[in-house]
Amino acid sequence: MAQDDPENPTHGRRDEVERPSSLSGPISSSAHHPHRRHAPPLYGVIAEFETPGDLVHAARKVYEQGYRRINGYSPYPIEELSEAIGFTHTSLPLIVFIGGVLGGIAGFGMQYYMEVIDYPLNVGGKPYNSWPAFIPITFECIVLAAAFSAVLGMLILNKLPQPYHPVFNTPNFALATRDRFFLAVEANDPKFEHDKVFALLQSLNATEVSDVEV
Amino acid sequence: MSTSFNPPNLTQFMRRALIVGVVLILAMLVPWDHDRFFAAYLIGWTFWTGIAIGSIALLMLQHLTGGGWGFVIRRILEASTRTLPAMAVLFIPILLGAHSLYHHWMDKDEAAKHEVVKFKLKYLNFPFFTVRAVIYFAVWLLLTYFLNRWSLLQDRTADNRYTKNMRTLSGPGMVALIFTVTFASVDWYMSLEPEWFSTIYGFLFVASWSLSALAFTIAALAVLSKDEPMKRIVAPLHFHDLGKLLLALVMLWAYFAFSQYLIIWSGNLPEEIVWYLKRIPGLWGATVIAIGLLHFAAPFLFLLSRSVKRNPRTLMMIAVLIIVMRMVDLIWMIAPAFGKSNWVWLDAIALVGFGGLWLAVFAWQLGKRSLIPINDPQYESVLEQQHMGGH
Repeated sequence: MAQDDPENPTHGRRDEVERPSSLSGPISSSAHHPHRRHAPPLYGVIAEFETPGDLVHAARKVYEQGYRRINGYSPYPIEELSEAIGFTHTSLPLIVFIGGVLGGIAGFGMQYYMEVIDYPLNVGGKPYNSWPAFIPITFECIVLAAAFSAVLGMLILNKLPQPYHPVFNTPNFALATRDRFFLAVEANDPKFEHDKVFALLQSLNATEVSDVEV
Repeated sequence: MSTSFNPPNLTQFMRRALIVGVVLILAMLVPWDHDRFFAAYLIGWTFWTGIAIGSIALLMLQHLTGGGWGFVIRRILEASTRTLPAMAVLFIPILLGAHSLYHHWMDKDEAAKHEVVKFKLKYLNFPFFTVRAVIYFAVWLLLTYFLNRWSLLQDRTADNRYTKNMRTLSGPGMVALIFTVTFASVDWYMSLEPEWFSTIYGFLFVASWSLSALAFTIAALAVLSKDEPMKRIVAPLHFHDLGKLLLALVMLWAYFAFSQYLIIWSGNLPEEIVWYLKRIPGLWGATVIAIGLLHFAAPFLFLLSRSVKRNPRTLMMIAVLIIVMRMVDLIWMIAPAFGKSNWVWLDAIALVGFGGLWLAVFAWQLGKRSLIPINDPQYESVLEQQHMGGH
């Protein structure tokens, strides 16, 4: 199966749609699907598109039909896609903001502690708490802490690193890093009915629709 | 869907703005005090000319980078730059008032008192000052002429050659613009206090003028996008991108402004700190705090939010706040140079009066062309973005 792709082919912000239960694994997802025809448990149905416009259009339609556990895969970020799959909120900005604020407080506090409390030095007759001189380092600390929060927060929210993901079983999925666009409807969606979803995706200008096993 | 992007009828707005402008600028003459009139005139003229020049910078920036955000604001920027001929004419009174404004170096006896100023007379003298001003305007007007002409020809002929021309001009044009703005800010504003110097002063004006130009453009786009025809093409993602650029410019301005203070404060040299010593006592000190809070902290924090940037109304409120604070900052930078002989209320009248004149010319120029460059190669892709944005 196409599991040899070294790059992460998923859409830029995977936390957008990756909810905890999507990792619930074979047992729970197979339990939900009496209509399933395949012997191995089903992860979902996935459609392949040639253009980002088709993907966004399809995602909107699928969302309108009431499906919520859907995910898009694209070689590059598509702003509209996150809205189309109903992803409106992520806690990442808040994590980054808090990281930045804490970094700033720590940066300023470190300098204040050194220059005022631990080892006061008279520099050019200026006060010990010479705040203008502390600003550049405080700013750097804000940037550093915010950047670390962004990277670590992104990894944690996306549950990365994740060496295996069922979508890798999709035929042609390696092309998601090049010039193809994919839309998955996951089997643990409460409304998921295999045949209906399969037909719906087929009607949306997909070049190929396939079942994906866990 | 109609493909015409004809501008709305702005005649009434134009007439009102023109009346306000003329009345207020004439009202500035009423106290009949040359020094105070020219000081206020310089401040009012500078702010609105700064929007025109900042618009050249943004126009060249979007030609260099491309993208939907630049596509939707291009005609607004072009109309802003086409106010420059009028602003160049309005520069003549500044030359006539040079004796009053720049008496520290225009007056030979006064200049002789200070060794440093005497030395600088090789550069700071009226003939050379005038020649330099002519050069600055020549560069700005040439950039304006070609960027506007090619854009119009592209509309008419749909020839991609013009897109290429504009991009080719924008690279060297950007360099020329930054040099001329640097020298102009030294000539026109730093030389008000000829003993003082700061090497980041020119960049401060580059950033300030680009910032006020962007804030004005966002406000104009937000107003225009409420109605047809701009409603059809402007999407939240365009405001999102413009909001990000606004945040970047707010931070760039703050970085330059604070760097100048930090370096002068660290050095603590008598000839450098005088500039700040004039700008801290009394109400000027309160002004500094207001600038820190309302020109940097508030816009910075609000612009971090994605939803604030994507909503035209909230983004416009921030843009207007920035425009007002740019005016306050400009008064704070220039007015104290005139010492007690400056009336801040007259400066405020000048800012509004020139605003009236400038907006009248802007509206007149905006009404002349389609609001969207319809034959630009980006047209289809921008339309698709809007369609995909589907709002």
